[in-house]
Amino acid sequence: MNQESSSGLECPKPGWFQAPSGNERTWIGMAVIWCLILSVMMPYWHFRGKQNSTGEAYRVKPADFVKRVEAFVKVNTGEESLVEDGIAPVVPAPPGEVYLLAKQFFWFPVLKLRSGETYRLHISSADVQHGFSLLPMNMNFQIVPGYDHVLTIKPQAPGTYHIVCNEFCGIGHQQMVGKIIVE
Amino acid sequence: MNTNSDYPKRICSTTGLPICRSAEFFVKANAVLGVVFLLIGGIAAILIALTRWQAVHLLPVDWFYRILTLHGINMLIFWILFFEVAILYFVSTTLLKVRLASRLTAWISLVMMLVGAVMVDVTILLGKADVMLSSYLPLLAHPAFYLGIILVAVGTLIGVCNYFATLYIAKKEKTYEGSVPLVVFGATAAAIIAVVTLLHGAVVMVPTFLYSLHLCAQPDPQWYRLLWWGLGHMSQQVNVCAMVAVWYFLAAITTGAKPLNEAVCRSAFVLYILFINLASAHHLLVDPGVSAGWKIWNTSYAMYLAVLASMMHGFTVPASVEVAMRGKGYVRGLFGWLTNAPWRNPGFSAFFLSLLIFGFIGGITGVTLGTQQINIIAHNTLRIPGHFHATVVGGTTLAFMGLTYYVVPLLWRREYILKPLCRLQPYLFGIGILIMSFGMSFAGSMGVSRRSWDIDAGGSIYGPTAHLFLALVGIGGTVAFIALFLYVGLTVGTLLFGRRIAAGKSMEDWGTPKVLSTSPGHDHVAPAPGFAGGATVAEAHPTQGTMVLAVIFLLSFAVYYFANWKALADVWPVR
Repeated sequence: MNQESSSGLECPKPGWFQAPSGNERTWIGMAVIWCLILSVMMPYWHFRGKQNSTGEAYRVKPADFVKRVEAFVKVNTGEESLVEDGIAPVVPAPPGEVYLLAKQFFWFPVLKLRSGETYRLHISSADVQHGFSLLPMNMNFQIVPGYDHVLTIKPQAPGTYHIVCNEFCGIGHQQMVGKIIVE
Repeated sequence: MNTNSDYPKRICSTTGLPICRSAEFFVKANAVLGVVFLLIGGIAAILIALTRWQAVHLLPVDWFYRILTLHGINMLIFWILFFEVAILYFVSTTLLKVRLASRLTAWISLVMMLVGAVMVDVTILLGKADVMLSSYLPLLAHPAFYLGIILVAVGTLIGVCNYFATLYIAKKEKTYEGSVPLVVFGATAAAIIAVVTLLHGAVVMVPTFLYSLHLCAQPDPQWYRLLWWGLGHMSQQVNVCAMVAVWYFLAAITTGAKPLNEAVCRSAFVLYILFINLASAHHLLVDPGVSAGWKIWNTSYAMYLAVLASMMHGFTVPASVEVAMRGKGYVRGLFGWLTNAPWRNPGFSAFFLSLLIFGFIGGITGVTLGTQQINIIAHNTLRIPGHFHATVVGGTTLAFMGLTYYVVPLLWRREYILKPLCRLQPYLFGIGILIMSFGMSFAGSMGVSRRSWDIDAGGSIYGPTAHLFLALVGIGGTVAFIALFLYVGLTVGTLLFGRRIAAGKSMEDWGTPKVLSTSPGHDHVAPAPGFAGGATVAEAHPTQGTMVLAVIFLLSFAVYYFANWKALADVWPVR
């Protein structure tokens, strides 16, 4: 190895602190502009885009949240649309507050929503952390016990949608699949 | 000066680098242990890949999650940390020609790390810690799991302090003049980030350990997420930094590359130190209780300066290779320097593939998935492991493998056995990881969750395409595992059976490009060996090939980035 040259393995010669030049300078300029575009896109989308995660959440004791879900189900269970896989879908009146409980290893209840209406969907966990993954859209949110995570959502098309838990929550994790039916 | 401050060394006959005898054992020990944990993690990897391949579905459910926990911790924590301590000891003592500050401290660090790592692995295999690498509360593991991680973290911290003390001795005893070499600078940046990382680890792990012993109340799960990612993602930035330092090392040693501009390279490392923590916020982008303003600010600090740093390195590393190769007379066309590069040299191929995979796949996906709103269509899907297997495995691990092909002959003075296989190994590994990473990313785009034993357990939610991509995960994982096994086998085989290197051998062991006496079809005259006349070449258009590659990179980045905004715009409106 030539000890005269200053590769990355040797001490640089005095006077190494120089401004970049040529293509390297051009590239750094392009990279800076690109990084600024990346940065500006997020506030832009926050104000102009329709899909944002604002993190709206309220502290709640897991036991209290379970009670809220039960009360919600009691008020909203629709008699006529009973028994789909043995579970009563809940038909909340739009626009309104909708509750969904994540618990090892199920989602409760099955929700029935209307396309084009806006809902405030409250989700929290009764035990450990879970992941709310709405398929086939592939929309994903973190569910943390002690936090009532509020998603203001607007279903776009009728159909049956699955909720898959995508945060590891125990050995039965893969069975944790719920449903949202949109009419 | 007592005998202790002498620099006990020998000169390596392969690379011409001096080897510090006081550090040699610890470099070897840390590197070998790192490779052992890599092997454990690798065996876990193949079991996982063959389980996620739904048609094979190898492991039973409890063992899948257990082995997944084992895989994450051995690969992301143990392999990387052990090897990084080895790198720190190696570059400081070798490049600064100084002795290791304290052998006792090195022993303490080594023993603590080893005891901690064994403790964690045994706890996991006994089924007492099925909590994944992230071990999110309120899921709780056995106290030995947390204690083991604390021991590894503190042991690493002690090793890092030993490195800083070695730098101090070198400075005090004036073993070098002026500024430290760039590779040492990069390793130091990695070491500084490691300190911040490990302190985060201590803040989050100590209360969790006490809670697991019922000595304090349960820490808040959201608080845990915030602080854990100060450990979890920042530790990966230690890898990035160390990997970039290894790129500079291998570029220099395989092609004679010199940094184009030391100030640019060093500034980029400083940007890593200052701005890398923002990546921790990428894991909280769809979390409750964290505002949009917090997410947007912390994912970018308004400027994405850490991304800028990677883009600077991503240009300057290949550009330095281009200048060096053109200086040797490989001036034909835009890419003559690249086609004539020593592709048969596993040190070079590993380094360059690592650069390409890290930049084109890992970097582009990482920034895109870490965009606040785009994270909605990515969080916790297989897109995330699709990203970080391209950075940590295709990037860092592959670069470290390339380094091994030089470090083993340097330290053990043995020639590699079965050289044709060595030359093949980086390609096999790179291709395997690429296939796997593609499979994961596309399956994730269809909503397939990470960390799931069976995507059909809740009914058939996913179509045949998702299953096809999971098959790619299995196939790519198998190819990568074969290459990993080859790497470990060749290295261990060399330690045992490799031919002893005779004194006075040149460094052209793996093949480095020769200086051409005349450059065909071009009026440049090749400069003399040692590249003193390189300036004349550099003043023409020495980096136009790299510039073309960089522009292709930027265009790919923009296409992928805006395609993801389009995909996001198609899902339900949500706030």
